[in-house]
Amino acid sequence: MPHLTKNYPIKARDYLKAGEVSIQVQGLLKSIGFTPELIRRVSLCAYEAEMNVVMHGGDGELTLDVDTDRVSLEFRDGGPGIEDIGLALQEGYSTASEEAREMGFGAGMGLPNIQKNSDSLEILSEKGKGTDVKIGFIA
Amino acid sequence: MKLFEVRDILKAKVTYGEEKLDMVVQAGAGGDLMSDILRGSKEGVLVLSGLNNIQLIRTAVIAGVSALVLVRGKEPDEEMKKQAAEHGLPLLTTPFTMFTACGRLFRAGLRGVDPKKTL
Repeated sequence: MPHLTKNYPIKARDYLKAGEVSIQVQGLLKSIGFTPELIRRVSLCAYEAEMNVVMHGGDGELTLDVDTDRVSLEFRDGGPGIEDIGLALQEGYSTASEEAREMGFGAGMGLPNIQKNSDSLEILSEKGKGTDVKIGFIA
Repeated sequence: MKLFEVRDILKAKVTYGEEKLDMVVQAGAGGDLMSDILRGSKEGVLVLSGLNNIQLIRTAVIAGVSALVLVRGKEPDEEMKKQAAEHGLPLLTTPFTMFTACGRLFRAGLRGVDPKKTL
């Protein structure tokens, strides 16, 4: 399989469409033929991160980068940024809106779930300047 | 447990998946938090939820669960039905509450997704 890079736009607060990007990524990885376990891990992390952009970020995008031995996801958004990354990584900590909580989100498990299911996680964020989340997987 | 047994035990209505009722579900999970559903579920798992929105379908697709049951008689909307069909995800509705629905399935032999060390 040749090296592949793809960009997907993500719209903030669009709860009707939210998650579609991750489902597209899941479909693409299935068609490439990665193991179900890797696809499960990548899809779960992509979805949690996509929902974070939708709930907390500004409009942004995902760059998917795939090679035979690894998958990388990079989510960038122009939202308000994460004030305290350490706190955001704590299980149960959430700043989700009432709207998001009513839908079943905002358990404060997003980033911890990503951490648990990925091989590397890097979060760069500055208040007022948006957030860049890089998630890596070894195939 | 087969999906038609789940249907009978839960007196459930099948919104999508009539032709998939022979499917075997290996375990059950219940949750109203997307992250819990994502964490505990995988292929072969039947998920029960009190949520009733399009995100529940997407969460189930992402987690790769085998089938979904909406508790307390919740009726899925058209978009949910469409997406469930598109992804081949059986979608059922039971009149029972979450507690009763889980209890009935457990009594009939279906077990949860708890890690071994917690049992």
